[in-house]
Amino acid sequence: MAATFTSTVEDTTAVTYAARIEHVSKSFPVRGTPGGSQLVLDDITLDVAPGEFVTLLGASGCGKSTLLNLVAGLDRPSAGSIGTDGRPALMFQEHALFPWLTAGKNIELALKLRGVAKPERRQEAERLLGLVRLEGAYGKRVHELSGGMRQRVALARALAQDSRLLLMDEPFAALDAITRDVLHDELTRIWQETGLSVLFVTHNVREAVRLAQRVVLLSSRPGRIAREWTVGIPQPRRIEDSAVAELSVEITEELRGEIRRHGQH
Amino acid sequence: MASTDTGADTEKDGATALGDRRTSSDLAGVEAGLDALDSVQAGGPAPLRETLIRKVLPPVTAVALVLVVWQVLVWAHVAPDYKLPAPSDVWGEVHDAWTQGTLLGYIWTSVSRGLLGFLLALAIGTPLGLLVARVAFVRAAIGPILSGLQSLPSVAWVPPAVIWLGLNDSMMYAVILLGAVPSIANGLVAGIDQIPPLFLRAGRTMGATGLREARHIVMPGALPGYLAGLKQGWAFSWRSLMAAEIIASSPDLGVGLGQLLENGRNNSSMSQVFLAIFLILLVGIAIDLLIFSPLERWVLRSRGLLVTR
Repeated sequence: MAATFTSTVEDTTAVTYAARIEHVSKSFPVRGTPGGSQLVLDDITLDVAPGEFVTLLGASGCGKSTLLNLVAGLDRPSAGSIGTDGRPALMFQEHALFPWLTAGKNIELALKLRGVAKPERRQEAERLLGLVRLEGAYGKRVHELSGGMRQRVALARALAQDSRLLLMDEPFAALDAITRDVLHDELTRIWQETGLSVLFVTHNVREAVRLAQRVVLLSSRPGRIAREWTVGIPQPRRIEDSAVAELSVEITEELRGEIRRHGQH
Repeated sequence: MASTDTGADTEKDGATALGDRRTSSDLAGVEAGLDALDSVQAGGPAPLRETLIRKVLPPVTAVALVLVVWQVLVWAHVAPDYKLPAPSDVWGEVHDAWTQGTLLGYIWTSVSRGLLGFLLALAIGTPLGLLVARVAFVRAAIGPILSGLQSLPSVAWVPPAVIWLGLNDSMMYAVILLGAVPSIANGLVAGIDQIPPLFLRAGRTMGATGLREARHIVMPGALPGYLAGLKQGWAFSWRSLMAAEIIASSPDLGVGLGQLLENGRNNSSMSQVFLAIFLILLVGIAIDLLIFSPLERWVLRSRGLLVTR
Protein backbone atom coordinates (compact mmCIF):
# COMPACT_ATOMS: atom_id res chain seq x y z
CA MET A 1 0.00 0.00 0.00
CA ALA A 2 1.28 3.40 -0.90
CA ALA A 3 -0.09 5.46 1.97
CA THR A 4 1.41 4.22 5.19
CA PHE A 5 1.05 5.52 8.69
CA THR A 6 4.39 5.05 10.37
CA SER A 7 3.02 4.55 13.82
CA THR A 8 5.94 2.95 15.59
CA VAL A 9 8.93 5.19 15.99
CA GLU A 10 12.15 3.30 16.50
CA ASP A 11 14.24 4.18 19.52
CA THR A 12 17.45 5.13 17.82
CA THR A 13 16.33 6.68 14.56
CA ALA A 14 13.55 9.11 15.32
CA VAL A 15 11.26 10.05 12.45
CA THR A 16 12.64 13.24 10.98
CA TYR A 17 9.44 14.35 9.33
CA ALA A 18 5.79 14.83 10.27
CA ALA A 19 4.76 14.10 6.71
CA ARG A 20 6.81 12.95 3.74
CA ILE A 21 5.19 13.23 0.34
CA GLU A 22 7.34 11.66 -2.37
CA HIS A 23 6.61 11.94 -6.11
CA VAL A 24 2.89 11.73 -5.49
CA SER A 25 0.52 11.84 -8.45
CA LYS A 26 -3.21 11.41 -8.44
CA SER A 27 -5.57 10.99 -11.34
CA PHE A 28 -9.29 10.41 -11.38
CA PRO A 29 -11.17 8.47 -14.07
CA VAL A 30 -13.18 10.67 -16.43
CA ARG A 31 -16.76 9.62 -16.98
CA GLY A 32 -17.82 8.67 -20.46
CA THR A 33 -14.32 8.12 -21.77
CA PRO A 34 -13.23 4.53 -21.13
CA GLY A 35 -9.68 4.42 -19.88
CA GLY A 36 -9.52 8.20 -19.81
CA SER A 37 -8.32 9.92 -16.70
CA GLN A 38 -7.62 13.41 -15.49
CA LEU A 39 -4.36 14.15 -13.76
CA VAL A 40 -5.06 16.24 -10.65
CA LEU A 41 -1.72 16.10 -8.86
CA ASP A 42 1.56 15.71 -10.71
CA ASP A 43 4.75 14.58 -9.01
CA ILE A 44 4.42 16.38 -5.70
CA THR A 45 7.36 16.06 -3.33
CA LEU A 46 7.08 17.83 0.00
CA ASP A 47 8.31 17.27 3.54
CA VAL A 48 6.76 18.76 6.62
CA ALA A 49 9.29 18.84 9.45
CA PRO A 50 8.26 18.10 13.04
CA GLY A 51 6.79 21.27 14.53
CA GLU A 52 6.69 23.02 11.17
CA PHE A 53 3.76 25.12 9.91
CA VAL A 54 3.34 24.83 6.13
CA THR A 55 0.57 26.37 4.05
CA LEU A 56 -0.43 25.00 0.68
CA LEU A 57 -1.65 27.84 -1.48
CA GLY A 58 -3.37 27.60 -4.81
CA ALA A 59 -6.28 28.62 -6.99
CA SER A 60 -9.30 26.43 -7.66
CA GLY A 61 -8.50 23.13 -9.28
CA CYS A 62 -4.96 22.88 -7.99
CA GLY A 63 -5.82 19.71 -6.10
CA LYS A 64 -4.86 21.02 -2.68
CA SER A 65 -7.81 19.35 -0.96
CA THR A 66 -7.07 16.15 -2.87
CA LEU A 67 -3.52 16.24 -1.57
CA LEU A 68 -4.77 16.73 1.98
CA ASN A 69 -7.14 13.77 1.60
CA LEU A 70 -4.22 11.64 0.46
CA VAL A 71 -2.12 12.66 3.46
CA ALA A 72 -5.09 11.99 5.75
CA GLY A 73 -5.32 8.48 4.32
CA LEU A 74 -8.88 9.00 3.05
CA ASP A 75 -7.72 8.24 -0.49
CA ARG A 76 -4.72 6.59 -2.13
CA PRO A 77 -2.24 8.19 -4.51
CA SER A 78 -2.03 6.85 -8.06
CA ALA A 79 1.75 6.96 -7.85
CA GLY A 80 4.37 7.84 -5.27
CA SER A 81 4.24 7.40 -1.53
CA ILE A 82 3.13 9.26 1.55
CA GLY A 83 4.44 8.65 5.02
CA THR A 84 3.23 10.30 8.19
CA ASP A 85 4.26 10.10 11.81
CA GLY A 86 1.12 8.41 13.10
CA ARG A 87 -2.45 9.08 11.97
CA PRO A 88 -2.92 12.77 11.16
CA ALA A 89 -5.88 14.78 12.43
CA LEU A 90 -7.97 16.59 9.84
CA MET A 91 -10.03 19.76 10.16
CA PHE A 92 -12.48 20.78 7.46
CA GLN A 93 -13.95 24.02 6.17
CA GLU A 94 -17.25 23.01 7.74
CA HIS A 95 -16.90 22.23 11.42
CA ALA A 96 -18.04 18.58 10.94
CA LEU A 97 -19.04 18.35 14.60
CA PHE A 98 -21.66 15.69 15.25
CA PRO A 99 -24.97 17.41 16.07
CA TRP A 100 -26.16 14.48 18.20
CA LEU A 101 -23.37 15.10 20.71
CA THR A 102 -22.55 18.08 22.90
CA ALA A 103 -19.32 19.99 22.32
CA GLY A 104 -17.66 18.08 25.15
CA LYS A 105 -18.91 14.69 23.96
CA ASN A 106 -17.64 15.38 20.45
CA ILE A 107 -14.18 15.72 21.91
CA GLU A 108 -14.68 12.67 24.11
CA LEU A 109 -15.62 10.58 21.08
CA ALA A 110 -12.24 11.36 19.51
CA LEU A 111 -10.59 10.42 22.82
CA LYS A 112 -12.59 7.21 23.01
CA LEU A 113 -11.71 6.20 19.45
CA ARG A 114 -8.08 6.86 20.35
CA GLY A 115 -8.40 4.46 23.28
CA VAL A 116 -8.39 6.85 26.23
CA ALA A 117 -9.99 5.24 29.29
CA LYS A 118 -13.37 6.53 30.36
CA PRO A 119 -12.44 8.18 33.69
CA GLU A 120 -9.83 10.37 32.01
CA ARG A 121 -11.93 11.45 29.04
CA ARG A 122 -14.01 14.07 30.78
CA GLN A 123 -11.01 15.78 32.31
CA GLU A 124 -9.06 15.72 29.05
CA ALA A 125 -12.04 17.13 27.12
CA GLU A 126 -12.31 19.98 29.64
CA ARG A 127 -8.58 20.65 29.30
CA LEU A 128 -8.83 20.82 25.49
CA LEU A 129 -11.85 23.13 25.69
CA GLY A 130 -9.77 25.31 27.98
CA LEU A 131 -6.97 25.31 25.40
CA VAL A 132 -9.32 26.82 22.79
CA ARG A 133 -10.78 29.08 25.49
CA LEU A 134 -14.24 27.52 25.61
CA GLU A 135 -14.28 26.49 29.26
CA GLY A 136 -18.05 26.76 29.68
CA ALA A 137 -19.01 25.01 26.45
CA TYR A 138 -18.80 21.36 27.55
CA GLY A 139 -22.56 20.79 27.68
CA LYS A 140 -23.44 23.03 24.73
CA ARG A 141 -25.08 21.58 21.63
CA VAL A 142 -23.45 22.36 18.30
CA HIS A 143 -26.33 24.56 17.13
CA GLU A 144 -26.00 26.70 20.24
CA LEU A 145 -22.46 27.73 19.28
CA SER A 146 -21.41 30.49 16.87
CA GLY A 147 -19.40 29.70 13.74
CA GLY A 148 -16.12 30.65 15.37
CA MET A 149 -16.88 28.62 18.50
CA ARG A 150 -17.74 25.58 16.37
CA GLN A 151 -14.39 25.78 14.59
CA ARG A 152 -12.63 26.04 17.94
CA VAL A 153 -14.45 22.95 19.22
CA ALA A 154 -13.51 21.23 15.95
CA LEU A 155 -9.90 22.25 16.59
CA ALA A 156 -10.11 20.87 20.13
CA ARG A 157 -11.54 17.63 18.74
CA ALA A 158 -8.70 17.40 16.22
CA LEU A 159 -6.20 18.01 19.02
CA ALA A 160 -7.89 15.23 21.02
CA GLN A 161 -6.59 12.75 18.47
CA ASP A 162 -3.13 13.53 19.83
CA SER A 163 -1.63 13.42 16.35
CA ARG A 164 1.76 14.83 15.55
CA LEU A 165 0.36 16.35 12.37
CA LEU A 166 -2.71 18.53 11.98
CA LEU A 167 -4.17 18.86 8.49
CA MET A 168 -6.41 21.87 7.93
CA ASP A 169 -8.57 22.23 4.81
CA GLU A 170 -9.51 25.92 4.59
CA PRO A 171 -10.84 25.78 8.13
CA PHE A 172 -11.57 29.51 8.45
CA ALA A 173 -12.84 30.22 4.93
CA ALA A 174 -16.49 30.32 5.97
CA LEU A 175 -15.98 32.67 8.91
CA ASP A 176 -16.38 36.44 8.99
CA ALA A 177 -13.18 38.49 8.81
CA ILE A 178 -13.10 39.53 12.48
CA THR A 179 -13.58 35.99 13.75
CA ARG A 180 -11.06 34.66 11.26
CA ASP A 181 -8.49 37.17 12.46
CA VAL A 182 -9.01 36.10 16.08
CA LEU A 183 -8.75 32.42 15.13
CA HIS A 184 -5.46 33.08 13.33
CA ASP A 185 -4.09 34.38 16.63
CA GLU A 186 -5.49 31.35 18.47
CA LEU A 187 -4.08 28.87 16.00
CA THR A 188 -0.64 30.47 16.17
CA ARG A 189 -0.75 30.38 19.96
CA ILE A 190 -1.85 26.74 20.10
CA TRP A 191 0.68 25.72 17.47
CA GLN A 192 3.44 27.34 19.50
CA GLU A 193 2.20 25.79 22.76
CA THR A 194 1.76 22.25 21.44
CA GLY A 195 4.65 21.97 19.00
CA LEU A 196 2.36 20.36 16.42
CA SER A 197 3.16 20.17 12.75
CA VAL A 198 0.50 21.84 10.62
CA LEU A 199 -0.26 21.47 6.93
CA PHE A 200 -2.77 24.18 6.15
CA VAL A 201 -4.59 24.52 2.83
CA THR A 202 -5.95 27.90 1.75
CA HIS A 203 -6.61 30.10 -1.26
CA ASN A 204 -6.12 33.23 0.82
CA VAL A 205 -2.59 34.59 0.31
CA ARG A 206 -2.64 36.86 3.35
CA GLU A 207 -3.81 34.02 5.55
CA ALA A 208 -1.03 31.80 4.22
CA VAL A 209 1.63 34.41 4.98
CA ARG A 210 0.08 35.34 8.33
CA LEU A 211 0.28 31.77 9.61
CA ALA A 212 3.07 29.81 7.97
CA GLN A 213 6.78 29.30 8.27
CA ARG A 214 6.73 28.08 4.70
CA VAL A 215 4.28 28.85 1.90
CA VAL A 216 4.05 26.34 -0.94
CA LEU A 217 2.36 27.56 -4.12
CA LEU A 218 0.63 24.95 -6.27
CA SER A 219 -0.13 25.46 -9.94
CA SER A 220 -3.48 24.30 -11.27
CA ARG A 221 -4.54 21.44 -13.54
CA PRO A 222 -2.52 19.46 -12.81
CA GLY A 223 -1.37 20.54 -9.38
CA ARG A 224 2.41 20.92 -9.29
CA ILE A 225 4.61 22.70 -6.82
CA ALA A 226 5.27 26.04 -8.52
CA ARG A 227 7.33 27.85 -5.90
CA GLU A 228 8.09 27.96 -2.21
CA TRP A 229 8.73 30.83 0.16
CA THR A 230 10.18 30.70 3.64
CA VAL A 231 8.46 33.28 5.81
CA GLY A 232 10.98 34.84 8.19
CA ILE A 233 8.62 37.33 9.83
CA PRO A 234 8.58 36.60 13.59
CA GLN A 235 5.37 35.39 15.27
CA PRO A 236 3.01 36.62 16.55
CA ARG A 237 2.34 38.36 13.25
CA ARG A 238 -0.69 40.34 12.31
CA ILE A 239 -2.47 40.10 9.03
CA GLU A 240 -2.09 43.85 8.52
CA ASP A 241 1.69 43.90 9.17
CA SER A 242 3.58 45.58 6.32
CA ALA A 243 6.01 42.67 6.02
CA VAL A 244 3.05 40.29 5.63
CA ALA A 245 1.57 42.63 3.03
CA GLU A 246 4.84 42.87 1.06
CA LEU A 247 5.33 39.15 0.78
CA SER A 248 1.61 38.71 -0.01
CA VAL A 249 1.95 41.07 -2.97
CA GLU A 250 4.88 39.07 -4.30
CA ILE A 251 3.09 35.75 -3.90
CA THR A 252 -0.13 37.12 -5.36
CA GLU A 253 1.77 38.23 -8.49
CA GLU A 254 3.16 34.73 -8.88
CA LEU A 255 -0.26 33.18 -8.28
CA ARG A 256 -1.88 35.45 -10.86
CA GLY A 257 0.79 34.47 -13.32
CA GLU A 258 -0.08 30.81 -12.73
CA ILE A 259 -3.78 31.52 -13.22
CA ARG A 260 -3.14 33.64 -16.35
CA ARG A 261 -1.49 30.68 -18.07
CA HIS A 262 -4.86 28.92 -18.10
CA GLY A 263 -6.45 31.76 -20.06
CA GLN A 264 -3.93 31.38 -22.91
CA HIS A 265 -3.63 28.19 -24.88
CA MET B 1 -15.66 31.96 -5.96
CA ALA B 2 -13.45 30.93 -8.84
CA SER B 3 -10.01 32.13 -8.00
CA THR B 4 -8.22 33.49 -5.00
CA ASP B 5 -8.75 36.08 -2.40
CA THR B 6 -5.74 38.10 -1.46
CA GLY B 7 -6.94 38.83 2.00
CA ALA B 8 -7.51 42.52 1.33
CA ASP B 9 -11.02 42.17 2.75
CA THR B 10 -9.56 40.89 5.96
CA GLU B 11 -7.51 43.99 6.35
CA LYS B 12 -10.46 46.23 5.68
CA ASP B 13 -12.86 44.57 8.12
CA GLY B 14 -10.22 43.36 10.50
CA ALA B 15 -9.12 44.80 13.76
CA THR B 16 -6.90 47.58 12.37
CA ALA B 17 -8.21 49.92 15.06
CA LEU B 18 -6.72 47.79 17.78
CA GLY B 19 -3.36 49.49 17.39
CA ASP B 20 -0.60 47.76 19.28
CA ARG B 21 0.23 44.10 19.21
CA ARG B 22 -2.39 42.17 21.05
CA THR B 23 -1.39 40.42 24.20
CA SER B 24 -2.83 37.05 25.06
CA SER B 25 -5.33 38.48 27.54
CA ASP B 26 -6.54 41.00 24.94
CA LEU B 27 -7.14 38.13 22.57
CA ALA B 28 -9.09 36.21 25.20
CA GLY B 29 -11.20 39.31 25.81
CA VAL B 30 -11.97 39.84 22.11
CA GLU B 31 -12.82 36.19 21.79
CA ALA B 32 -15.15 36.22 24.79
CA GLY B 33 -16.88 39.28 23.33
CA LEU B 34 -17.32 37.61 19.95
CA ASP B 35 -18.68 34.47 21.59
CA ALA B 36 -21.20 36.46 23.58
CA LEU B 37 -22.31 38.44 20.51
CA ASP B 38 -22.66 35.40 18.27
CA SER B 39 -24.29 32.91 20.59
CA VAL B 40 -27.90 31.92 20.22
CA GLN B 41 -30.17 33.12 22.98
CA ALA B 42 -32.04 30.13 24.36
CA GLY B 43 -35.65 30.67 25.47
CA GLY B 44 -37.09 29.04 28.56
CA PRO B 45 -40.00 26.58 28.61
CA ALA B 46 -43.43 27.92 27.73
CA PRO B 47 -45.74 28.76 30.65
CA LEU B 48 -48.45 26.21 31.51
CA ARG B 49 -51.32 28.44 30.45
CA GLU B 50 -49.85 28.95 27.00
CA THR B 51 -49.21 25.20 26.61
CA LEU B 52 -52.84 24.49 27.50
CA ILE B 53 -54.16 27.00 24.97
CA ARG B 54 -51.79 25.99 22.17
CA LYS B 55 -51.60 22.23 22.62
CA VAL B 56 -54.62 20.97 24.54
CA LEU B 57 -57.43 23.26 23.47
CA PRO B 58 -57.39 22.54 19.69
CA PRO B 59 -57.73 18.72 19.86
CA VAL B 60 -60.33 18.94 22.66
CA THR B 61 -62.36 21.34 20.52
CA ALA B 62 -62.10 19.02 17.51
CA VAL B 63 -63.28 15.99 19.50
CA ALA B 64 -66.15 17.96 21.05
CA LEU B 65 -67.20 19.14 17.60
CA VAL B 66 -67.26 15.57 16.23
CA LEU B 67 -69.37 14.42 19.20
CA VAL B 68 -71.83 17.29 18.68
CA VAL B 69 -72.21 16.57 14.95
CA TRP B 70 -72.63 12.87 15.69
CA GLN B 71 -75.34 13.54 18.28
CA VAL B 72 -77.12 15.95 15.93
CA LEU B 73 -77.11 13.31 13.19
CA VAL B 74 -78.61 10.77 15.63
CA TRP B 75 -81.31 13.24 16.69
CA ALA B 76 -82.08 13.98 13.04
CA HIS B 77 -82.55 10.21 12.40
CA VAL B 78 -80.39 10.25 9.26
CA ALA B 79 -79.86 6.50 9.69
CA PRO B 80 -81.62 3.80 11.72
CA ASP B 81 -80.26 2.89 15.18
CA TYR B 82 -78.61 -0.34 14.07
CA LYS B 83 -76.53 1.61 11.58
CA LEU B 84 -75.74 4.69 13.61
CA PRO B 85 -75.76 4.20 17.38
CA ALA B 86 -75.89 7.25 19.65
CA PRO B 87 -72.69 8.36 21.43
CA SER B 88 -74.40 7.42 24.69
CA ASP B 89 -74.91 3.81 23.44
CA VAL B 90 -71.22 3.50 22.64
CA TRP B 91 -70.38 5.00 26.01
CA GLY B 92 -72.71 2.42 27.61
CA GLU B 93 -70.75 -0.29 25.79
CA VAL B 94 -67.49 1.12 27.23
CA HIS B 95 -69.07 1.26 30.67
CA ASP B 96 -70.33 -2.36 30.50
CA ALA B 97 -66.98 -3.67 29.29
CA TRP B 98 -65.28 -1.77 32.10
CA THR B 99 -67.60 -3.03 34.85
CA GLN B 100 -67.32 -6.59 33.53
CA GLY B 101 -63.56 -6.17 33.66
CA THR B 102 -63.08 -7.14 30.00
CA LEU B 103 -62.16 -3.74 28.56
CA LEU B 104 -58.51 -3.75 29.60
CA GLY B 105 -58.28 -7.41 28.59
CA TYR B 106 -59.31 -6.59 24.99
CA ILE B 107 -56.82 -3.78 24.82
CA TRP B 108 -53.98 -5.70 26.46
CA THR B 109 -54.43 -8.77 24.22
CA SER B 110 -53.86 -6.66 21.14
CA VAL B 111 -51.37 -4.16 22.52
CA SER B 112 -49.11 -6.85 23.96
CA ARG B 113 -49.16 -8.70 20.64
CA GLY B 114 -48.56 -5.49 18.73
CA LEU B 115 -45.68 -4.33 20.93
CA LEU B 116 -43.97 -7.72 21.05
CA GLY B 117 -44.31 -8.05 17.30
CA PHE B 118 -42.98 -4.55 16.86
CA LEU B 119 -39.96 -5.26 19.05
CA LEU B 120 -39.25 -8.39 17.01
CA ALA B 121 -39.56 -6.34 13.82
CA LEU B 122 -37.15 -3.83 15.32
CA ALA B 123 -34.62 -6.54 16.12
CA ILE B 124 -34.80 -7.88 12.56
CA GLY B 125 -35.32 -4.65 10.62
CA THR B 126 -32.42 -2.74 12.17
CA PRO B 127 -29.54 -5.03 11.19
CA LEU B 128 -31.27 -5.65 7.86
CA GLY B 129 -31.45 -1.92 7.14
CA LEU B 130 -27.83 -1.47 8.18
CA LEU B 131 -26.76 -4.25 5.82
CA VAL B 132 -28.78 -2.93 2.90
CA ALA B 133 -27.48 0.59 3.39
CA ARG B 134 -23.83 -0.28 3.90
CA VAL B 135 -23.20 -3.32 1.69
CA ALA B 136 -23.56 -2.51 -2.01
CA PHE B 137 -24.21 -6.12 -3.01
CA VAL B 138 -27.00 -6.56 -0.49
CA ARG B 139 -28.54 -3.25 -1.52
CA ALA B 140 -28.55 -4.19 -5.19
CA ALA B 141 -29.90 -7.64 -4.34
CA ILE B 142 -32.79 -6.87 -1.99
CA GLY B 143 -33.13 -3.08 -1.81
CA PRO B 144 -35.84 -2.81 -4.48
CA ILE B 145 -37.74 -5.80 -3.07
CA LEU B 146 -37.65 -4.27 0.38
CA SER B 147 -39.11 -0.97 -0.76
CA GLY B 148 -41.61 -2.81 -2.97
CA LEU B 149 -42.80 -4.84 0.03
CA GLN B 150 -43.80 -1.59 1.71
CA SER B 151 -46.54 -1.02 -0.83
CA LEU B 152 -47.94 -4.54 -0.44
CA PRO B 153 -50.92 -4.39 1.96
CA SER B 154 -49.98 -6.60 4.86
CA VAL B 155 -53.48 -8.09 4.95
CA ALA B 156 -52.35 -10.03 1.86
CA TRP B 157 -50.07 -12.02 4.15
CA VAL B 158 -52.91 -13.27 6.35
CA PRO B 159 -54.10 -16.18 4.15
CA PRO B 160 -50.62 -17.64 3.55
CA ALA B 161 -49.70 -17.12 7.20
CA VAL B 162 -52.81 -19.03 8.32
CA ILE B 163 -51.98 -21.88 5.93
CA TRP B 164 -48.32 -22.08 6.94
CA LEU B 165 -48.58 -21.50 10.65
CA GLY B 166 -52.22 -22.26 11.57
CA LEU B 167 -54.55 -20.18 13.71
CA ASN B 168 -52.26 -19.18 16.51
CA ASP B 169 -50.12 -16.36 17.86
CA SER B 170 -47.13 -17.13 15.65
CA MET B 171 -49.27 -16.45 12.61
CA MET B 172 -50.13 -13.04 14.08
CA TYR B 173 -46.46 -12.28 14.66
CA ALA B 174 -45.56 -13.40 11.15
CA VAL B 175 -48.08 -10.95 9.69
CA ILE B 176 -46.81 -8.13 11.91
CA LEU B 177 -43.21 -8.82 10.93
CA LEU B 178 -43.96 -8.90 7.23
CA GLY B 179 -45.70 -5.55 7.60
CA ALA B 180 -43.25 -3.78 9.86
CA VAL B 181 -39.77 -5.08 8.99
CA PRO B 182 -39.64 -3.44 5.53
CA SER B 183 -40.77 -0.08 6.98
CA ILE B 184 -38.15 -0.13 9.71
CA ALA B 185 -35.38 -1.27 7.38
CA ASN B 186 -36.30 1.28 4.72
CA GLY B 187 -36.47 4.07 7.28
CA LEU B 188 -32.98 3.21 8.45
CA VAL B 189 -31.67 3.03 4.87
CA ALA B 190 -33.16 6.45 4.12
CA GLY B 191 -31.68 7.84 7.33
CA ILE B 192 -28.22 6.47 6.52
CA ASP B 193 -28.36 7.79 2.94
CA GLN B 194 -29.05 11.26 4.31
CA ILE B 195 -26.01 11.39 6.59
CA PRO B 196 -23.74 14.14 5.26
CA PRO B 197 -20.62 12.45 3.77
CA LEU B 198 -18.56 14.94 5.78
CA PHE B 199 -19.57 13.18 9.01
CA LEU B 200 -18.36 9.86 7.65
CA ARG B 201 -15.05 11.40 6.56
CA ALA B 202 -14.65 13.12 9.92
CA GLY B 203 -15.36 9.82 11.68
CA ARG B 204 -12.85 7.98 9.53
CA THR B 205 -10.06 10.45 10.26
CA MET B 206 -10.75 9.86 13.95
CA GLY B 207 -10.38 6.14 13.44
CA ALA B 208 -14.04 5.10 13.33
CA THR B 209 -14.31 2.17 10.93
CA GLY B 210 -16.45 -0.96 10.67
CA LEU B 211 -18.64 -1.62 13.69
CA ARG B 212 -17.29 1.39 15.58
CA GLU B 213 -18.28 3.59 12.67
CA ALA B 214 -21.76 2.01 12.65
CA ARG B 215 -22.18 2.57 16.37
CA HIS B 216 -20.71 6.06 16.80
CA ILE B 217 -21.38 7.73 13.45
CA VAL B 218 -23.84 5.86 11.24
CA MET B 219 -26.58 4.94 13.71
CA PRO B 220 -26.73 8.28 15.54
CA GLY B 221 -26.45 10.14 12.24
CA ALA B 222 -29.34 8.15 10.80
CA LEU B 223 -31.52 8.50 13.89
CA PRO B 224 -34.07 11.01 12.50
CA GLY B 225 -34.79 8.84 9.45
CA TYR B 226 -34.70 5.70 11.57
CA LEU B 227 -37.27 7.14 13.97
CA ALA B 228 -39.57 8.02 11.07
CA GLY B 229 -39.20 4.41 9.94
CA LEU B 230 -40.02 3.13 13.44
CA LYS B 231 -43.12 5.27 13.57
CA GLN B 232 -44.31 3.94 10.25
CA GLY B 233 -43.25 0.45 11.32
CA TRP B 234 -45.48 0.68 14.37
CA ALA B 235 -48.41 1.91 12.26
CA PHE B 236 -47.89 -1.04 9.92
CA SER B 237 -47.57 -3.48 12.84
CA TRP B 238 -50.80 -2.28 14.34
CA ARG B 239 -52.70 -2.33 11.04
CA SER B 240 -51.44 -5.80 10.11
CA LEU B 241 -52.36 -7.09 13.54
CA MET B 242 -55.90 -5.73 13.30
CA ALA B 243 -56.29 -7.31 9.85
CA ALA B 244 -55.03 -10.61 11.20
CA GLU B 245 -57.32 -10.48 14.23
CA ILE B 246 -60.38 -9.66 12.14
CA ILE B 247 -59.78 -12.41 9.61
CA ALA B 248 -58.41 -15.17 11.80
CA SER B 249 -60.60 -15.96 14.77
CA SER B 250 -60.25 -18.96 17.00
CA PRO B 251 -61.22 -19.47 20.63
CA ASP B 252 -57.55 -20.19 21.45
CA LEU B 253 -56.50 -16.73 20.36
CA GLY B 254 -58.42 -14.78 23.01
CA VAL B 255 -60.37 -11.63 22.24
CA GLY B 256 -58.32 -8.72 20.98
CA LEU B 257 -59.64 -5.52 19.48
CA GLY B 258 -59.87 -6.94 15.96
CA GLN B 259 -61.83 -9.87 17.27
CA LEU B 260 -64.06 -7.52 19.21
CA LEU B 261 -64.85 -5.71 15.99
CA GLU B 262 -65.62 -8.94 14.18
CA ASN B 263 -67.78 -10.16 17.07
CA GLY B 264 -69.70 -6.89 16.96
CA ARG B 265 -70.44 -7.46 13.28
CA ASN B 266 -71.56 -11.03 13.94
CA ASN B 267 -73.81 -9.86 16.77
CA SER B 268 -75.11 -6.99 14.62
CA SER B 269 -74.14 -4.71 17.48
CA MET B 270 -73.13 -1.46 15.89
CA SER B 271 -72.24 0.10 19.24
CA GLN B 272 -69.75 -2.73 19.84
CA VAL B 273 -68.28 -2.18 16.37
CA PHE B 274 -67.95 1.52 17.18
CA LEU B 275 -66.37 0.67 20.53
CA ALA B 276 -63.79 -1.54 18.83
CA ILE B 277 -62.94 1.07 16.17
CA PHE B 278 -62.73 3.71 18.86
CA LEU B 279 -60.32 1.60 20.93
CA ILE B 280 -58.14 0.69 17.93
CA LEU B 281 -57.83 4.36 17.08
CA LEU B 282 -57.19 5.29 20.70
CA VAL B 283 -54.33 2.83 21.04
CA GLY B 284 -52.76 4.09 17.81
CA ILE B 285 -52.96 7.70 18.99
CA ALA B 286 -51.77 6.88 22.50
CA ILE B 287 -48.66 5.02 21.33
CA ASP B 288 -47.80 7.83 18.95
CA LEU B 289 -48.39 10.52 21.57
CA LEU B 290 -46.69 8.73 24.44
CA ILE B 291 -43.72 7.15 22.67
CA PHE B 292 -42.93 8.37 19.19
CA SER B 293 -43.77 12.06 19.29
CA PRO B 294 -41.73 12.82 22.42
CA LEU B 295 -38.85 10.75 21.06
CA GLU B 296 -38.91 12.52 17.71
CA ARG B 297 -39.16 15.96 19.28
CA TRP B 298 -36.31 15.21 21.64
CA VAL B 299 -34.05 14.07 18.79
CA LEU B 300 -34.87 17.04 16.58
CA ARG B 301 -34.62 19.59 19.36
CA SER B 302 -31.28 18.34 20.64
CA ARG B 303 -29.90 18.76 17.11
CA GLY B 304 -31.34 22.22 16.69
CA LEU B 305 -33.66 21.04 13.90
CA LEU B 306 -36.89 22.02 15.65
CA VAL B 307 -37.36 25.74 15.43
CA THR B 308 -41.00 26.29 16.27
CA ARG B 309 -42.58 25.03 19.43
